[in-house]
Amino acid sequence: MQWEIVIGLEVHAQLSTNSKIFSGASTAFGAEPNTQADAVSLALPGVLPVLNKGAVERAIKFGLATGAHIAPRSVFARKNYFYPDLPKGYQISQMDLPVVGQGQLTIQVPAQGKQPAYEKVVRLTRAHLEEDAGKSLHEDFHGMSGIDLNRAGTPLLEIVSEPDMRSAAEAVAYAKALHTLVQWIGICDGNMQEGSFRCDANVSVHKPGTPFGTRREIKNLNSFRFLEQAINYEVQHQIATLEDGGSIQQATVLFDPDTGETRVMRTKEDAHDYRYFPDPDLLPLEISEEWKQQVAATLPELPHTKQARYQEQGLSAYDASVLTSSRAMADFFEAALAEAPGQTKMCANWIIGEVSAQLNRDNLDIAQCPITASQLGGILKRIADGTVSNSGAKEVFRIMWAEGGDADAIIEAKGLKQVSDSGAIEKIVDEIIAANTDKVAEYRSGKDKLFGFFVGLAMKASKGQANPAQLNEVLKKKLAG
Amino acid sequence: MINSSLKQLSVALAARKISSVELTQLYLDRIAQHNPALNAYITVNPEMSLAQAKAADARIAAGQADTLTGIPFAQKDIFCAKGWLTTCGSKMLHNFVSPYDAHVISQFNEAGAVNLGKTNMDEFAMGSSNETSYYGPVKNPWDTQRVPGGSSGGTAAAVAARLCAAATGTDTGGSIRQPAALCGISGLKPTYGVCSRYGMIAFASSLDQAGPMGRSAEDLALMMNVMAGYDERDSTSLQRAKEDYARDLNKPLTGLRIGLPKEFFAEGMGSDVAKAVEAAIAEYKKLGATVVEISLPNSKLSVPVYYVLAPAEASSNLSRFDGVRYGYRAPEYADLTDMYEKSRAQGFGAEVKRRIMIGTYVLSHGYYDAYYIKAQRIRRLIAQDFVEAFKQCDVIMGPTSPSTAFKLGEKGDDPVQMYLSDIYTIAVNLAGLPGMSIPCGFGDNNMPVGLQIIGNYFEEARMLNVAHQYQLATDWHSRAPQP
Repeated sequence: MQWEIVIGLEVHAQLSTNSKIFSGASTAFGAEPNTQADAVSLALPGVLPVLNKGAVERAIKFGLATGAHIAPRSVFARKNYFYPDLPKGYQISQMDLPVVGQGQLTIQVPAQGKQPAYEKVVRLTRAHLEEDAGKSLHEDFHGMSGIDLNRAGTPLLEIVSEPDMRSAAEAVAYAKALHTLVQWIGICDGNMQEGSFRCDANVSVHKPGTPFGTRREIKNLNSFRFLEQAINYEVQHQIATLEDGGSIQQATVLFDPDTGETRVMRTKEDAHDYRYFPDPDLLPLEISEEWKQQVAATLPELPHTKQARYQEQGLSAYDASVLTSSRAMADFFEAALAEAPGQTKMCANWIIGEVSAQLNRDNLDIAQCPITASQLGGILKRIADGTVSNSGAKEVFRIMWAEGGDADAIIEAKGLKQVSDSGAIEKIVDEIIAANTDKVAEYRSGKDKLFGFFVGLAMKASKGQANPAQLNEVLKKKLAG
Repeated sequence: MINSSLKQLSVALAARKISSVELTQLYLDRIAQHNPALNAYITVNPEMSLAQAKAADARIAAGQADTLTGIPFAQKDIFCAKGWLTTCGSKMLHNFVSPYDAHVISQFNEAGAVNLGKTNMDEFAMGSSNETSYYGPVKNPWDTQRVPGGSSGGTAAAVAARLCAAATGTDTGGSIRQPAALCGISGLKPTYGVCSRYGMIAFASSLDQAGPMGRSAEDLALMMNVMAGYDERDSTSLQRAKEDYARDLNKPLTGLRIGLPKEFFAEGMGSDVAKAVEAAIAEYKKLGATVVEISLPNSKLSVPVYYVLAPAEASSNLSRFDGVRYGYRAPEYADLTDMYEKSRAQGFGAEVKRRIMIGTYVLSHGYYDAYYIKAQRIRRLIAQDFVEAFKQCDVIMGPTSPSTAFKLGEKGDDPVQMYLSDIYTIAVNLAGLPGMSIPCGFGDNNMPVGLQIIGNYFEEARMLNVAHQYQLATDWHSRAPQP
């Protein structure tokens, strides 16, 4: 019987507040060490935490966006352990009563080889608020360590999933969906290089129908590629161990991107006793129905809702999911479509096709796109009303990308207007028929393939500006005699 | 001048009969003369005190004085004060000069009061005799062979010996009331949340509360007007309208219902203490009060409950003292763990270590439910006892401490005996209620006895009224020890 892989993820999303979760110090990334460490971040004697309301609102947003239960009363607890970058000797977190309870997230797992793409619902166990620690720096201090407390007290939302993923691909799809969602609802900047979105993966293997295997937790994966590599290595390692007659010990492991392997950081034996207890410096966090509703009113339309709406408007599931891969993408699509109402499919094709290709080529993000949605909409509008042909439109797009400008001006300046004057087209066709009597005869005797030849001639004669549909129609009629 | 009330000092300063600089110098001279025998102060800084006094004189001259402007107060060394060494009675903070002011300190500064110095205390406020201080024990001014009580023992001794006009204390299990009783002064622990804990070095966060210690209820009322009030930097600070704690001082006590808990008058209390307390109750009856017996059935559990909860919180609160960022760090160590272990082993005294170990134990996996959770449940029962009791009475009275001041070293070897000296005060902290102690006579060896007055939540003004009326009728509070 095959091994089944079981994966659950814990994601730490840094919340996008300007100040720390329990003090007014700035959370901006990249400042000189300890310049953002105020009295609370330094844990001076006598200082006290005061909860940042903005962090709570972001947690509420997340709960609402995942259909989760939002606790009317949750409790902050102290997690006690000693480490130099943990200034108080405890981390303020949530244990028994988290702010966000059970929810769910729908993920799109892309096609792999023969297996087609599919959708899956991953259950979320909980999400809770906590503070980040500082950073220990072990280089450049000649036998000593440096401590930077700028990050200490940065607000985090720890999002814990159920062990619902069954492959590295599913885990990555889940992490990506979560990454999209937190940025979509504006609670996290999603910057993985700066550590704003970090994943821990709990991985185990078992034979279906038997209890779950012992899990090992891979800590601190800060890219989707590492997440995938680390899980794949871990799975292969666990299966090999079990098939050799060995057993898996519960452990926390680290992934080394250079070797592509995981190594044990600590085992269950040396696990900490964190001595959690409710933080007496903070009152229980109470969230009223009104507060929840106020926050709900600020929530944008969610990716999944948008996908459903796009599909109702005739787009494929694939197109809908690409267009909702980020809020910037969806906003671009909707703004472009607003300029050319009803041209949903064409608009989607252009963004997924031309625009995405150009962005990839120039290594840009949709948010950095050199042409605006309304500029693109200008092109779509002119295709829709027949002013330019498809090939003409591509030329307009190319010029617009390189030089800017609006569609109408480019069409005018470059003479890309499509000829739809039926008199002019008939004249061209008449001239071609007159000049190619032999070919016309062949065509009329049954050599249908020659039709393309006539289209080519006519297009050339119109300098590419003839409306193709109209041209075809006139040609067919005249050639038929 | 040294026996003047705060009100009298305020009037004298306003009338320019004395300047703040003169008054401050007077106290500094007294400290120089008497403190070596008492050890009530850890830090005195004449330069900083006189600079404040000078500023106060300017403010008085400009006609912008508040009631306490120019009056010299001592501050318990648990309050962070900018530019002042703030040790909390510990070697761990022997070199910590605070870069910021506690809320209570900044309230005094805004009022134009002078900080006369930082008073000695049990290390991290853990103790009932002031013998756990790294800076040595404080002596009781009534008998220097005896303890002043604790943890605010330095403050109590300084007030009793007239080494300051009045001073601050903090009370986690009796640390204002017990030393006030043992030194023959008045002290008030307000309702939990009335005075901000910001900048007050935490012992047990859910129990700690700052309060005034002085020579009369009237002095305490004026200090409360400065110390109390909402502070957004303390999440447990209560949002209430500012009140005048002196407003009811002169109300007659006719009809006052005094509850006497039968559990407080049972075995355990010294007969000399019982005699003084009973005499005080008799005095109250003369003032128009009636007496009703009440019961606080769970109060007998308050000492064990306290010695689970307070150490649990303390073990976590004191984790920040790790030698990494400030305070004491062992001079030599092999690695990080060794640095932690040596710094904390050398920086903390025996009583602090004992409580850290108890606290760590009761929070440990497998023991948490049996100790911490159970203690929290009993804490609620203890609070509920008071709710029931206050249906029958306006204030509760009893002894503050089972005995008068004991001898230095007498209970040093027996922590449990020491813990029992707070048997009447601890339940009040567990319930979050206001409590105070006022002098009500003298017991064996001619040492002062304290009467404890417990009020309902936010009834400080009423309690001060009850105490003040007694102090109008008696003179125990104005007796002074001979130097």
